Amino acid sequence: MVQYRAKAEVMDGPAIERALTRIAHEILEANKGAGNVALVGILTRGAVVVERLAQRIEQIEGAKVPVGLLDISFYRDDVATRLNPEVHRTEIPFDVEGRDLVLCDDVLYTGRTIRAAMDAIMDYGRPSTVQLAVLVDRGHRELPIRADYVGKNVPTARRERVRARLGEQDGRDCVEILEAAEEVDS
Amino acid sequence: MPLLLRGGRVVDPQVGLDEVADVLVVDGRIDSVGSDLELPSGTEVIECAEKVVMPGFVDVHTHMREPGREDEETIASGTRAAAHGGFTAVCAMPNTSPVCDTGSAVRFVVERAEEVGAVRVYPVGALTQGQRGEALSEMGDMVAEGAVAFSDDGRDVQDAGMMRRVMEYAKAFGATVIAHCEDESLAAGGVVNEGAISTRLGLPGWPSAAEETMVARNIRLAELTGCRLHLAHLSTAGSVEQVRIAKERGIPITAEVAPHHLFLDEQAVISYDTNLKMNPPLRTAEDRKALVAGLLDGTVDCVATDHAPHAAHEKELEFEVAPFGTTGLETAVPLVVTNLVSEGQMDWPDVVRTMAVGPRACLGLPEVRLEAGQTADITVVDPEARVEVTADWFASKSLNSAFAGAKLLGKASEVLVAGQCVLRNGKVIV
Amino acid sequence: MSGLSCEHIMTVEDMTAEDIELILDTAESFKEVNERRIKKLPTLRGRTIVNLFLEPSTRTRTSFEIAAKRLSADAVNMTGSASATVKGESLRDTAKTLSAMACDLIVVRHRYAGAPQYLAECMDAHVINGGDGMHQHPTQALLDLFTIRREMGRIEGLTVGIVGDICHSRVAGSLVPALRKLGARPIVVGPPTLMPARPDILGAEVANTLDDVIGELDVAYMLRIQMERAEGMPLPSLREYARFYGMNSARLEAAKPEMIVMHPGPMNRGVEISSAVADSDRAVVLDQVNAGVAVRMAAMYLLLGGAESAAAA
Repeated sequence: MVQYRAKAEVMDGPAIERALTRIAHEILEANKGAGNVALVGILTRGAVVVERLAQRIEQIEGAKVPVGLLDISFYRDDVATRLNPEVHRTEIPFDVEGRDLVLCDDVLYTGRTIRAAMDAIMDYGRPSTVQLAVLVDRGHRELPIRADYVGKNVPTARRERVRARLGEQDGRDCVEILEAAEEVDS
Repeated sequence: MPLLLRGGRVVDPQVGLDEVADVLVVDGRIDSVGSDLELPSGTEVIECAEKVVMPGFVDVHTHMREPGREDEETIASGTRAAAHGGFTAVCAMPNTSPVCDTGSAVRFVVERAEEVGAVRVYPVGALTQGQRGEALSEMGDMVAEGAVAFSDDGRDVQDAGMMRRVMEYAKAFGATVIAHCEDESLAAGGVVNEGAISTRLGLPGWPSAAEETMVARNIRLAELTGCRLHLAHLSTAGSVEQVRIAKERGIPITAEVAPHHLFLDEQAVISYDTNLKMNPPLRTAEDRKALVAGLLDGTVDCVATDHAPHAAHEKELEFEVAPFGTTGLETAVPLVVTNLVSEGQMDWPDVVRTMAVGPRACLGLPEVRLEAGQTADITVVDPEARVEVTADWFASKSLNSAFAGAKLLGKASEVLVAGQCVLRNGKVIV
Repeated sequence: MSGLSCEHIMTVEDMTAEDIELILDTAESFKEVNERRIKKLPTLRGRTIVNLFLEPSTRTRTSFEIAAKRLSADAVNMTGSASATVKGESLRDTAKTLSAMACDLIVVRHRYAGAPQYLAECMDAHVINGGDGMHQHPTQALLDLFTIRREMGRIEGLTVGIVGDICHSRVAGSLVPALRKLGARPIVVGPPTLMPARPDILGAEVANTLDDVIGELDVAYMLRIQMERAEGMPLPSLREYARFYGMNSARLEAAKPEMIVMHPGPMNRGVEISSAVADSDRAVVLDQVNAGVAVRMAAMYLLLGGAESAAAA
C-alpha cells in the first residue's frame, strides 16, 4: 500500500478565500448578473465550494442563486472496474431547463468526473449553458474539457496527488500537493 | 479348487470363535477351521493376516431396480456392488416396474440372479397387489417360488384393517412382514425432518410422529395376529424406544437401521444436496445417538442399507421433487468400521451380530456359521484399507451416495459365496 | 473499495447487517432517480440481466425488469413452468444454457426451495433470489426494511408483528432474520396450524392471538391468506381468520397511533386487511411497491459494480 505525504502547500486559507471571491465576480461578469445562474456542486468537496460561491454571490449582488448537489457515482465510466458504494443524495431543487448552470468542484484533473457530471445534468433537463468553476486545475486532461473559472493552476506530476482541505469538511483550509512516500509493507 | 483363508482373525460368536486361525474351503463348504490344517493338493492360499474373517454379511434391504429401471441398477450390477461392499447375499425389495407381486415375478428375480448374480439374491414380495394397499397379493405362490418375506417398502399400508389382514395371511405361510412405517397423512409430502431444518430451509417437514404412530400400530397388529414383523429403516429415538418395550414384552419383532441414519443427521441437508434426501429423512442428533445406542445394545437387530440407486438426471432436480434415496451397499462396511469399530464402540463380534447373524435371523434365512460342514459364505474385511468414495470407485451403476467424497477406513477384501471367490483383494472378480 | 460481502443475494442469513444497510442507503439515491423526469442512469449499460421466473408473478418480475432497465442494462424475461408433472429442461441444463449466453446477473423465482442456490453453483453469473418456494424472498425483506426505515426513522428497537401463514411464507422467512439483524423485535402471529415447526430458528417470538400483542406493535405486517391448498385446510374459514387475525379499524384503534400497516401484496381485502385500513393513511402498501424498484436497483448496482476488480483493490 502506497502512503502519501505532503510535499508542498500551494494555497493557504487566505489564498483560497481570495480565489473564490474572484471566481464569484467572474461568474457574475460573464453571465451579466445572477438572474439566470444556478450552481451545482459535485459531491463531495464540490459541496463546500458551491456553498461559499453562493454566499459570495449573495454578498456581492444581494441575490440568492439556486444551489444543487450532484453525486456522479452512477454516471462514472469505470463502474465495471471500480465500484463506488459510498453514494450520496443528489439534490437539484430547481428546474435545470434554460439555466446558465455552473458546475463547481475542488480539483480538475482528467476531466472524467466533469464528463459524468454533464451527462447527469442532461438527464435533469436542458440548460442554456454549462460552465465549470474549479478551485485548482492540475492539468493532465484525458478528455477535451476545460474550466471557465479557475482558482489556481498548479502543475503536477501524474504520480502526485492534490488534496484540497476545506474548513467545513476537513477542519482548516489549504490545498496541498502530496507525493508517494516509500512503499510501506502492509 | 480348494481355498485356504490363512492367518486371519476368525470371528463367529455363534460357535464361540475369536482367534487367529485358518479356514479351509472345499467344494463350496467349510472343511475345517484351525491351524496347521491338512491341505488337499492344488489348494489356493489367500493371505488374511491382519484381516478379519467372518460369516458372510447379508443386506436385507436393497433395491435392485430390475425389472423396469435397468438404467439405474440391474441384478448383475447390484450384486457386484454387494460383493464390492462385502455382502454374500441381498434381499431385493419388490417396488420394481412391474411390482414383484406374483410368483412369476419372483421366479424372474430368482432365475436372473442365478444367471448373472454375483452374490445370493432373496426376493421380497409385495404385501398388496401393485403395492396399492387395497388387495392381498399371492403370498403363497410367491413363497413357493422363493420369496423370503413381504413388504410394500416405499409405502406403508395406510388402512389398519388391511394391514391386519395382510399380517394374518402372511402368518399362514410363515413369512415375515417388513414394514416401512409412515403415516402418509402426517408425513404429508414432507421431504426433510420436520423441525429446525425444515423451518430454515423452507421445505415441507416429515415429522417423527408420522413414523412412530405407525410403529406403534404395526407392533400392536403383530401382537394381535402373531405375525413376525420386521421394522425397516428406523429413524427416530421414539421408534427405538417402542421396539425396546415390545421386545421386553416378548412380541416377536425385529428392526433394522441404515448407515445414513446412524452416521448423519438433519444438519447435513443444509446445502439442499439431493443425495441427502431420504425416506425416512435424516433426523436430529438425539435420534442418531439413540439409533447407535439401540444397535449396540441389541434393540436394533441389524444394519441394512436401503440401497436406492437413482439416475443422475433424476437426482439433479429441485430438492422437493427429486426422488428419495441413497446407494449404500458399498459404503456400509467402511462406515461401520470408521465410525463404530475404530472408535471402540463396536468390536468384530458385534459386527458379525449386526451384519451377518442378525439379518438372517430377522427374516428366517438359513444360518451360516464358520464351522465344518457349513456353506462357505464368508466375508473378509481389511480394517486398515483406505477408502475414498469417488465416482469411479463404485461398482453400482448409480452414483447417488450420501457419502460421496468421504475418506473412510476399512473395506471388504474377499467375499466367498458357496466357496466361490467373488471379491479378491478388494476387487470384484465376477 | 468493495461493495457487498456476498456474491449473490440468496438468503438474508448470507448478508451482514452492514450489507443490508449499504443496500438501503444506496436505494435512497435510486429512489431520487425514480422521481425525476428521466428515470434512467447509464450505470449498467451493456450488462445482461435475465429474469428467470419459473413461477408466475407479474408484479415482482415487472419490478425487477424496471429496475434493470432504469440502470440501462439489457433486461430479458424468461418464464416457464416448474411443475413436477411437466418434464421440461432440467434446472442444470437451464443454468448451463444461461451461462453459455454470458449473462451477468440472473434473478430467479422458483416454486421449489433451494433452486436459486443450485443455479448459482452451476453458473458464473450473480444470482438474486426472487423467491424460492417457502424459503426466502430477500429483496422483499429489503424493500420492507427500507419502507419501515423511512416511515419510522429507524429499525432498531421496533416491534414488528408478522401476521398470517408464516409456515408457507417466504416473505416471513426473509423478513424475520432481516429484522433481527438490524436490531428489531419480530413477533410471528397466527394460529398454530400456520406456524413453522421452529420459529425460534428464524429468530421470532410467537403469538397465537393478535389482540394480545397489538398494543405493542410499531409495525403490523399482514401476509396474504390463501385458501387454495393441496393438503388439508389449516383454517375453518376466511370469516374466522378475518375475525381473529385481520387488521380492521377496531384493531387499528387498539394499536399505537404511530403503528403502520404493511402488506407484500396482492391484498385480500376483507380477509387479512379490511378495505378501510388498506385505504387509510396508516397503510403504506404503495410505498412498499415504490421502494421495490429502488431497492432492486441498489441490489443490482452493488452486485455488478466493481465486479472485474475483485482481485485488484
